[in-house]
Amino acid sequence: MGSQIGQAIAAGILGGGVYALMAAGLTLVFGVLDIINVAQGILVVLGAYLSYVLSVHLHIDLLVGLLITIPSMFIIGLAIYWLFIRPLRGSERTSMTLLACFAVALIIEGVLYREFGSNYVSLNAWYVSDSVHIFGFYLADIYLIGFGLAVVSMALLYAILYQTTFGRAVRATMQNRVAAQLVGIDVNRVSALTFAIGTAVTAIGGMVYGAISGGFTPNSGYDLISRLLAIVILAGMGSVGGALAAAVFMTTVEALVDIWQPDWSVAVFYLAMVIILTFRPRGLFGRQAARAQ
Amino acid sequence: VTQARPALASRLPLARGIWLGGLLALAAIVAVFPLVFTNPTVSDFGVITLIFVAVTSAWNLFCGYSGYLSLGHAVFYGTGAYFLVVAAKDWNLTGSAVFLLLPLAGLVAAVIAVPLGLVALRVRRHTFVVITIAFFFIAQLSASNLGVTGGSSGLLVPVPGNWSAATYNNPFYYVAAILAGGAVLVSWLVRRSRFGLQLRAIRDDEDRAAGLGVRAMPVKLSALVLSAFITGMAGALWVYFIGEAFPQFVFDPLFDLAVVLMGFFGGLGTVAGPVLGAIVLEPTQLWLNLQESNGYTSDILFGALFLVVILFLPRGVIPTGAEYVVKARAWLQRRQSRQPAPAAGSTAEATASTAATGRTS
Repeated sequence: MGSQIGQAIAAGILGGGVYALMAAGLTLVFGVLDIINVAQGILVVLGAYLSYVLSVHLHIDLLVGLLITIPSMFIIGLAIYWLFIRPLRGSERTSMTLLACFAVALIIEGVLYREFGSNYVSLNAWYVSDSVHIFGFYLADIYLIGFGLAVVSMALLYAILYQTTFGRAVRATMQNRVAAQLVGIDVNRVSALTFAIGTAVTAIGGMVYGAISGGFTPNSGYDLISRLLAIVILAGMGSVGGALAAAVFMTTVEALVDIWQPDWSVAVFYLAMVIILTFRPRGLFGRQAARAQ
Repeated sequence: VTQARPALASRLPLARGIWLGGLLALAAIVAVFPLVFTNPTVSDFGVITLIFVAVTSAWNLFCGYSGYLSLGHAVFYGTGAYFLVVAAKDWNLTGSAVFLLLPLAGLVAAVIAVPLGLVALRVRRHTFVVITIAFFFIAQLSASNLGVTGGSSGLLVPVPGNWSAATYNNPFYYVAAILAGGAVLVSWLVRRSRFGLQLRAIRDDEDRAAGLGVRAMPVKLSALVLSAFITGMAGALWVYFIGEAFPQFVFDPLFDLAVVLMGFFGGLGTVAGPVLGAIVLEPTQLWLNLQESNGYTSDILFGALFLVVILFLPRGVIPTGAEYVVKARAWLQRRQSRQPAPAAGSTAEATASTAATGRTS
């Protein structure tokens, strides 16, 4: 029992890193564009399928494949932004963009079903099947690799946000869109790049998710997006650091509940979300109250 | 301008007459539809479409008027559905007696809506949308795991055995027609009422509305509960018609999306919009499913249609159409002011447009 709990905690923390990365994309897009990209879940699945195609058909290693999938997802993100998000204006923009993202998700899901069917597939490599012995229990290498990738990407994201001019423009746009425009920031360009970066991280998230989830279908997008939304809301929308803490916390609790109640472990996400919103609508680390209109 | 005033006054009774006539004609078409189209596939379409008219009107009654976008109405739909299945089984009801359960199913959905509303309505905008999605997933998860719903193996609804195959759909059709008519009537009454005005004030600016004395929470919650009541009844009727209840179909994310799309297509916050959206889109979707049973084609087309509506008709067919009517009327009036004696035909058109804009804007 003790080792089971220890293993659950370790897997939860390491898996949480990957969720944090996917959620960071979501929360960044929310902060800058005021959009909840509900397509993030299916984009992760799309990233996983891209890795799958590269590794199965072209025999490219999963990690090497990231060099192709990250730019691909970046371009897909740019395309979604230019085609469907940017044209939406006006007072109903918020709900419209949410629905547009939902529609995009539906189309991607349909295309994935068409190309890959509804059978479970999983990503394989030597580091997915091999495991290491740490702290008295076994963990697949991919957990460590995935966590490492997530930490490096998050660090990179932070460096971009806090060390570059572009990052400063992003943060300015997050704080006040109109003021940012007034001081000469090209808000449209910042928005497009942020959306593309938020999408690009799903390439990494998708690869790791495809390897550690033990199998995915086009339908997995729903499961993912509901977890990601729970993490982002728990953290407080727009908080990248909060997303990391919330993701690690949630996946750990889920892994622990999973020991006793495997059927209900997912419910932890939703329950935590409902409880948080009831008592602290802005989330744990949110600056801006979610109830502000 | 001075000439137009008496003319406008004399037009008003005529406008009301045209409107009433149109409604009666619509009612007559709905009433004779199953007698004319006896093909079961066609009357299947009729039943489902009427159910969606009811659901979309109910959804619009809350979401369209208050501006709170719910992607979780499947919770109420599914709750009503499961209540009907379980109650019909436990109380050994069959045939027409099962229809008596519909108001009860609505009541159960309405009761569920109270705690959900008390939690969800504390937050606004995106967060509200997200929390309704969360409720949806909780409901789906519960349906898959609880004993009362039969889990993922589903439940069968007692079949009305002694109904003849030729007219099997008719009882469902007429009950659905009554439900749809009732939902539209309630939606119209709410829109005209003080309550509806309060809801729309909340949509436009909740804080200002509260400042002006609208008690926002009770108003929003009542609208949600009323909406859930109708949605629950529709869900119960739907499951009785379909004959089986599986968690993934009773709590279906596509259902939520379909209802939202229909509402947006016709025009959010109007009375006629949701009706138009349901009548146009639901048969289209059913037909597509018949043509391509693989599932993904309808996903792709549905998503694409959704994007087209959002990008090109962001405010829906009815408001956009009403704008065109207003423009046409202004153009006609400009012509009339140039020609002192207007032709009889153009007056009739202008009257119809007065009726249309007066009722739908």
